[in-house]
Amino acid sequence: MSIALENITVSYQRHPAVHHASGQFAEGEATAIFGPNGAGKSTLLKAMIGALKPDHGKVHLNGFKRRDIAYLPQQSEIDRSLPVSVIDLVSTGLWHHTGPFGRVGRSGHDRVCAALEQVGLAEFQHRPISALSSGQFQRVLFARILVQDARLILLDEPFNAVDAKTTFDLLELVRHWRDEKRTVIAVLHDYEQVRAYFSQTLLMAREIVAWGKTAEVLTDDNLLRAVNRAAHWQEHAPVCRVDGEAA
Amino acid sequence: MLLGHVLNELLIAPFTDFAFMRRALAGCLALALGSGPIGLFLVMRRMSLMGDAMSHAVLPGAAVGFLLAGLSLPAMSLGGFVAGVLVALLAGLATRFTSLKEDASFAAFYLLSLALGVLLVSKSGSNVDLMHILFGSVLAVDQPALILVASVATVTLLSLSVIYRPLLLESLDPVFLRAVGSRGGFWHMLFLMLVVLNLVAGFQALGTLMAVGLMMLPAISARLWASSVGGMLATSICVAFGSGVGGLLLSYHFELPSGPAIILLAGLVYLVSLLFGSVGGAVPRYVRTRHLEG
Repeated sequence: MSIALENITVSYQRHPAVHHASGQFAEGEATAIFGPNGAGKSTLLKAMIGALKPDHGKVHLNGFKRRDIAYLPQQSEIDRSLPVSVIDLVSTGLWHHTGPFGRVGRSGHDRVCAALEQVGLAEFQHRPISALSSGQFQRVLFARILVQDARLILLDEPFNAVDAKTTFDLLELVRHWRDEKRTVIAVLHDYEQVRAYFSQTLLMAREIVAWGKTAEVLTDDNLLRAVNRAAHWQEHAPVCRVDGEAA
Repeated sequence: MLLGHVLNELLIAPFTDFAFMRRALAGCLALALGSGPIGLFLVMRRMSLMGDAMSHAVLPGAAVGFLLAGLSLPAMSLGGFVAGVLVALLAGLATRFTSLKEDASFAAFYLLSLALGVLLVSKSGSNVDLMHILFGSVLAVDQPALILVASVATVTLLSLSVIYRPLLLESLDPVFLRAVGSRGGFWHMLFLMLVVLNLVAGFQALGTLMAVGLMMLPAISARLWASSVGGMLATSICVAFGSGVGGLLLSYHFELPSGPAIILLAGLVYLVSLLFGSVGGAVPRYVRTRHLEG
């Protein structure tokens, strides 16, 4: 059993960004969430970690606990003007060990250093995060995920504004996680990346268009349907009466 | 010898000769220890103007305290604290349950609170009382007031050391904090209570308006000198205490009101930092230094 959606609807000012989504993510595999802009991909991830409350429906964690989940936010959600160093930020990945005020300790520190080494930033420990490029910063966020050592890894647009080399290195980490049988769910925009690294794909355009094996989901027919469905915000959309809403 | 004598007369004697100066000095140290760090967190959380709003919000509470118990520090402080926390709570609720942003909610509730305060004061007090509430006097700090200020500084430092990590993480990466299952709002509310506490502590010594000055000016200056949070905290406290001591001496030698003297001195430090601050000050940014190799 893995994380599952039961008839999830999440909306902004009554307009659904995710509309009646149900289904189950494959455990121990990498699933890409794919779809046009405004398709509700990031919204769905936020609902899964509990940062957004669905209007209807439920996310079933099915055995996953909070500490089993690592989440990579979009870079724009992080305030990089704050005076925080690389090692401080990566150490927040130890939250479930340290809690709000426990000390990091020797073994924690070693894990943080090992993670930084793994993403190629061993020398950058004491740099302030404001001095990093987007690519370097993304490596830092991946290092934090390594430190979290989670069974379920959620990535929100991990390769935006990241150069080819960094993308390649980070995708190799994803492959590594997949080999370790961790469940990876990533919001992506690049068709080739999805096909090369993600065995499962959830294609969505507010509603789920298709969900299953990548080769079967990413067909021209499905992609066209997704683009058409993403369409426009309807200012005067009628009230939705689909089953389950009334309950 | 002569120089030593002059320095002693200028800097030391005022404190050794007069008990009220010593109390004011201790008061300034306690205020600097509490307000310096609080101000820094306000700056880092992009809430620099929130301190100002909160300082107005405590007024009606202090006024009610005054009406019920006269010029009694405990009553006015308690009233001020309750009013400040109430405004923070209402603004927090408004932010949470409507589409309004936090700054708008705070602006609305502090204005309501301020108007109520002015109404209460003018209905049953005199202008002199209002002046005292607004401007205070550090030279009039007595033993109970000193104990209050010192207790608040203690509570502030202890609480901050406990909520430091989640508080910083909540401004740095709020979604991550949610994802690991911690409630950002809880830490935020605790922090706002500390803000109110420190304003109330600064109240007797500096008055509600000037207390914000000692909170914000050293903190903003500190951001221009240090690049780590620890460095900023230390700088902020030092600037606050230094301004306190300097302001007291100025007020003693030139017969100036102490509150404004302290804040103006802190303001002077800010202006100097603005120009010469080693981290992001105006001049260092435009002076060419040779770049490194890599």
